[in-house]
Formats: sequence, C-alpha cells, structure tokens
Amino acid sequence: MQELSVRVGGQAGDGIASVGEAIARSFSRMGLHVFALNAYQSVIRGGHVWFQARASPRRSYSQGDAADVLYALDKATVEIHAAQLRPGAVVVHDPEKFAVAPSELPAGVTPLAVPTLEIARKYTSQSILQNAGGVGAVAFLAGIPLDVLHQVLVDSFGKKKGEVVDWNVGASTDGYKFAEGHASPNARVLTRQGPAKLLLTGNQAIALGAAAAGCKFLAQYPMTPASTIMHWMAAHARTLGVVVKQAEDELAAIHMAIGASFAGVRSMTATSGGGFSLMVEALGMAGMTETPLVVVESQRSGPSTGLPTKTEQGDLNLMLGAGQGEFPRAILAPSHPADAYAATIDAFRLAEDWQTPILLASDFHLSENFATVDREELQAPPPPTSLFTVAPNGGDYRRYQNTPSGVSPRAIPGQAGLQFIAGSDEHDERGHLISDVKAGIPLWISERQRMMDKRMRKLEGLAGAVPAPVLEGPPDAPVTFVTWGSTIGAVRDAIAELAEQGRPANLLRFPAVYPLDVARVRPLLAGARRTILVEANYSGQFGRLLRAETGFAIGDRLLKYDGEPFSPHEIVARALEAPSDGRQ
Amino acid sequence: MADSSVRSPVAVPAATLPVVGKSETKPTWCPGCGDFGVVAAIEMALKRLAIPSHEVVLVSGIGCSSNLPHFLSSYGFHGVHGRVLPVAEGIRWANHGLTVIGTGGDGDGFGIGVGHFVHTMRRNVDLTYVTMDNQIYGLTTGQASPTSSLGHTTKSTPTGVIENPIDPVALALASGATYVARGFSGDVKHLVDLIANGIRHKGFAFVDVFSPCVTYNKINTFDFFRQRVYKLESAGHDPSNLVRAWERALEWGDKIPIGLFYRTERPTYEELEEVLHAGPLARQPAGLVDPGPILDEFV
Repeated sequence: MQELSVRVGGQAGDGIASVGEAIARSFSRMGLHVFALNAYQSVIRGGHVWFQARASPRRSYSQGDAADVLYALDKATVEIHAAQLRPGAVVVHDPEKFAVAPSELPAGVTPLAVPTLEIARKYTSQSILQNAGGVGAVAFLAGIPLDVLHQVLVDSFGKKKGEVVDWNVGASTDGYKFAEGHASPNARVLTRQGPAKLLLTGNQAIALGAAAAGCKFLAQYPMTPASTIMHWMAAHARTLGVVVKQAEDELAAIHMAIGASFAGVRSMTATSGGGFSLMVEALGMAGMTETPLVVVESQRSGPSTGLPTKTEQGDLNLMLGAGQGEFPRAILAPSHPADAYAATIDAFRLAEDWQTPILLASDFHLSENFATVDREELQAPPPPTSLFTVAPNGGDYRRYQNTPSGVSPRAIPGQAGLQFIAGSDEHDERGHLISDVKAGIPLWISERQRMMDKRMRKLEGLAGAVPAPVLEGPPDAPVTFVTWGSTIGAVRDAIAELAEQGRPANLLRFPAVYPLDVARVRPLLAGARRTILVEANYSGQFGRLLRAETGFAIGDRLLKYDGEPFSPHEIVARALEAPSDGRQ
Repeated sequence: MADSSVRSPVAVPAATLPVVGKSETKPTWCPGCGDFGVVAAIEMALKRLAIPSHEVVLVSGIGCSSNLPHFLSSYGFHGVHGRVLPVAEGIRWANHGLTVIGTGGDGDGFGIGVGHFVHTMRRNVDLTYVTMDNQIYGLTTGQASPTSSLGHTTKSTPTGVIENPIDPVALALASGATYVARGFSGDVKHLVDLIANGIRHKGFAFVDVFSPCVTYNKINTFDFFRQRVYKLESAGHDPSNLVRAWERALEWGDKIPIGLFYRTERPTYEELEEVLHAGPLARQPAGLVDPGPILDEFV
C-alpha cells in the first residue's frame, strides 16, 4: 500500500502529542487518510511516549508496521524505534542534545542533525519551541508543504499571544529550510488528494455521535481511556446544550444518567472496565426499570487496574454478564471513528426503542487514536423529538404493560395522570411490587414469570434491530478472519497486504457482538474455508460467545494480550502459516 | 421503533390535577413503625404546598423505609441500595420543574450511600432528602447501622457496637447543606412543617427523622425519644447562625434537639449550571440541526 509514516518519540512532557498531531493534521488537510497512534504511559512527566501518523491516499485502518521519518526528542527513542524504520528513513534529532551515528541505525536509514534548540533561541528562551524547528524538518522530509504546516500551527496556537504563533511559524520555516539544505524528501512522499479530511479520535466521534443522537446528559468519572469523551463534551456543553457532570464516582455517574433518562432526557455514561465494574448493579436496575441508557465501556488492559494506557478487548465477558439475574442488553462494537459515530447514534436509538441499557464497547486503541473521516460520513440524523410528545395510552395506564415486543408505553414524570413507580424490585404491569407480601403467592409467581418473559422478549427484537454481521471481501476466499471492535482495523490492513501478495482473504466482522441473530450468522460461517479468530484478549472471548450461540468453533485463533494493538504483519503472518489444530 | 402500537399518542385528560395523596398500595411496614408518621408528614406537606402529584418524584433506595414511594400517588423511582441521591440529582437536572424528594433509611443514606450524601450537599442540588433514621437495619432483620449507638447489641454486634456513630446533622452542616433539620415521627405536625419548609427551601434540604423500628431496635424507641427530644423553635435557637447550629448538633444525651438547625441561602447547582438557564433539559431541543460548524474543528 502506498503510505508514509512519521513517528515522534520522547518523554512525557516533551510535547510529543502536539508535534504528532500537527503532522497528522497536516496530512489530513492534504486530503490524505491518516491513522495516528498516540502511545503514552501512565506518567505525567518522563518515561517514553510516542506518536505515529500514518498517511495514505486510501484509508488505512491501523497504525501499520513501520515508519519513514523518526523525530527523536531523546536518545531512548532512537534505541526503541530504530528497528521499525524502513530503508530510506531519516532520523531527525538535535546534535546539541545527543548524537546519532549511522552505525546505530539499520541499513538504509540515515540521521539528520537539526539544530532545533539553536533555532528556538533565535526567538525565545523557552526551549519547548525546539519542537517547531523539528516539525519543520519533519514536514520537509514527509512532503508536507510549508503553507499547510504553517496553517496548522496558526490554528493550534491561535488562541495564544501573537508572538507565540510567529515564533512557531518562524522556527518551523527554519527547520524546514535546514532539512531542505541537508537532505531529500522521502521517496514515499504523497501528494495532495483533494479537500481536507476530518481527523478525530474514537472518543471524539462517540461524543459527537451522542450529541447528534440527542444526548443531553453525560455523567462520568475520570478514567483512561474514557475521560476524553467527557472532555470533549464539557468543552461543547454550552454550545450543544448538554449537561456534563463529573460525578463523585462511577456509581453516582450511572445512577445520575439513569435518573435523567427516567425524567425524559437521553443520557449516557462512559468509563473503562474498572469503573464499569462499579456500575454493574445499576446496569441491572436500568434493565429492570426499563430505563433507556447508553454506557460506553472503553476497555484497557486488565485485570484490576492493569495497564491504564494500553489496549485490550478483555471485558467482553464482563459486558455480557454484568449484573445479577438476567435482563436484555445489546453490545455494539465500533472499529473506527466514522463507525463509532454511527454506532453511538444506533446505541441511543436502540436504548430508546427497547427501553434497556445498550453498551458501546470501545477500547484504548479506538478511543485514543486518531483517524480521518470524510464529512459525509458524519451525517446527523433528524433531531429527536421531545419524549413528552409521545403520550402513552391514557386511562388504564400500565407502565410495564405486557406487549408482544416486550416494550411498554413510557410515561415521563411531569405528564399528568400517568404516575407510576419505577421499581428495582420485581413488579407487575403497573409497577407495583410483587417482591414483598405477594412473593411466592401462586398468582404472583406466574406474574413474575410473565414480567421476566416480557423483558427478556426484547432480546429477540434487539437481535434483529442491531447492525448485522458483515462479510467483507471475496466470499470464496480461502481464509476468513473473524473479529470485532478496533481489531477490525489491523485485519483490514492485513487483508489488503495479503491481496497484494495474491493471497485473498475475507473478514467476518460483528458491529454488534450481542445479541447475535443466529439465523443470520450461521450462513456466513457455513461458507468459510479456514477461519481465524483475531481478538485482543487471552481466552478468545468472542470466539467462545460465537460457539455458544451458533455451535460453530473457529479453527484457528490469533490472540494478543500484551497491551499493544495488532499490527497488520502479525495477522498476515498467521494467514500464511499452516492452520493450527483448531483447539479452542 | 420496537412496537408502534403501544406508543400511539392518546391525549391524557389533564383537567384535574390532583395533589399527592395515598396510592392504592397499602404500607407493608410493621404495625407501629415510625415510618407511618413520615409518609403521613410527606403527604401532608405536599398537600399544604398544593403541588400536583404528576410534578412530584419520590426517589428511594432499599430498606423498609425505601418502600415509601409506593404508598403515595406521585411519580417514583425505587432504586437499588444507597443510590437515592444520584438518581434524584439526575432527575432534577433533567427536569428542574419537578419537585424531587429523596427518601430512605440510615443504612441506605449514611452507610452504603454516604459518599453521595456529602457530595449532593456540597452541590446544593435543589431537592429534599428525608431519612427515616431508626439506627438499625430492619429489612435485613436487625444488624447495626451507621447511626447505632456505641454498645448497641445487634445480630451483627452481639457484644455491642464499637464504632462511633455518624451524626447525620453534623455531617450535613460540615458538607454545606443549606437546610438542616431533624424531626421525630412521633410528632407528625412538627415534621410536616420541617418537610414543607424543606421542599419550599431553594437548595438542598435535609430532614433526618427519628423513626423508631418497633421490631429490631429496643433501645431507640418512641419512648426513648419522647423523653429526650425538645424543639429548637421553643429554645430560642437562631437557625441562621452556623456556630450555634454546630453546638446544637453536638447535643446528645438526656436532651436531644429536633427542629431546624440551620438554614442559609446559596446558589443551587441548577442555577449555576448554565445549560439549565434555557429551561428544563427535558424540554430543550436535542440533537444537531447543523453539525457543520462543530465538524470544522476537526479539519
């Protein structure tokens, strides 16, 4: 695939993400597709952080496997990343900070010593400006026109004092010119491809999708990698008319969201696995009281507090089983920001239609990384109507009326004559408890069963209402990858690589991992010749779910739980290997 | 849409807007339970204020007292244990036109839910929280509660409680509640005043009610309180004075004060939340009419 990747590394506090984002945004403004990986650690200063911007004329779905320009703000960056540089790559560094000898680099990779600190001193005593000189040099090597870079810098520093903008523009020009005098652009440089694309993270797409779906209330407790949903929404709260509440804990966050939803506002909470574990009891309460709710579960490496800034798809079992007893739920699992936007809108629609909690499974890799999206991919649905305008049947009002679909007419507090109690205890159609003086009495034993049946019946409808599984690629390919969520990205890139090698493969992906419509899934699996499950967890949780639901055992498994996202080459390698014995 | 038949709009006759009264469900409490006095007081307070029943939401958790919403004719949310206040806050922020009253017990509010108690008070959310404090866990058949007295022998503390009890009134004063009162379910008339004034109060109103458990607490009985309580209103207490309120809150023993300890004015959370200036959230427009300007920031 035609592509060029820039990697920037250094310590936390060096401004790596700002540098990386400036590069990534320059590419997206050139109309190129970008996938940008933001790899950081659970430290505020020090350690090692890095950012990779991968640009390509057609969409790349993952960070890829290698880089062509490395901007190293410390020596450790060179040591850590040198092995992943492609022939022709250049390592930008400042000789005042450390030297890089050609012998330290792989064959075909050369260092470029750029006097970034010296450039910075022309303008200010603030050493952070060194990054502007570095970015300029990187831009030259990566084929980014100087005017594009300048506009990105102006836009990102525009709110600061005028001189800061001028320094950045000046220093980046100096860095660009220096590189021009001492090196050549990378042979892989890409040209402008048309109008600028949008560049956003999965979490920004989720927050935007929520707003488009009519979310008016978001309650959250900070936890990586879900916090930036709250950050984006809080920054836009007044413009969008959304109340954003940082709660005292995740227990409060989900209960606030349930309270707000009960009172007629489309509501959401978002967290990671640890916070979601605290929300489990309330999730069941939303199911029992039939209160619509969207919960974003952005997974990170577990168990326990695990690796806070690393990715995993290890919470599927938790999401499937969260809550005592049984109640209907659906789990949507987007793979890319464009997809995350649409899935969030779907989640709100499903929550409202089926009056039950809908989980949106993200993970660090989707939530925190950037990708390009075309404007047309972010169409807003028609604004939803006020819930007060759909009045339930009057007269003999039963909030939990037993209906064929399991969905009952929903009254909103403030509507006259429809008062009811939403009960966490088992209740009858009117919401009256059958948990105390009626428990165990024959009439009410059967009522309990009817109420369970009524609620659980929603699962049948949900299975048809959630997005269907999709078989992508040649249907008769000898290899079928089965995967879900953010891992879809690397699999798609791997399939593209395999196709270039004349090895067709296809992809069976599940935009909704639960509930599964078995009648729709079985035929898709029946035609597969060799199946490979690809999941970022230890035990192949989705593979187990698929087997439990369909009886289909996937032949081969590629599982990863080291905290890093899949790279396309790992997946390609597995496809080229002989099939394993299919143990699961 | 899942089932359009159940959602067909049918006009609801709103000609009469009845105020809160008893529901068709009879209380299931033990005969003589203190909670009867509290439900009666809430009903009378709401009648006095003439708030239509469809504009009232009673929110409760789990425990004997948390069944209370079922016995009145308003909207109600009977949730899980200890989460009365976050649910009530969510309801208030979704629709601050509603009168929201949290009800629950001492275990619910000061044990499992104590974190929410403190935070709701510092936010000064405009709701009323009435706790039926019987100093025991009743529905789980008699374990020590966070307000059980030192030395109290219960099923879980056969040799007596060895933890200092929480003082809900002092905790409320320390946490920034703007209306702090204590009532006694043996004096319903007085309790109606405290609750009605609490509902009328702009900001978080806390009313802790001595509501004896006649089955599992043989120490803190109706007689125990009848012999000890005195009214702050009759003792010349100035509820605008926080220092005096603290002094009264620390009184415990032969004389135990009930009444209004403290009242002050502070902007409510709803007043300070700019988004709510445009009216109740549930009545505001939702969604994006033109996402264009917002998408521009991602270019």
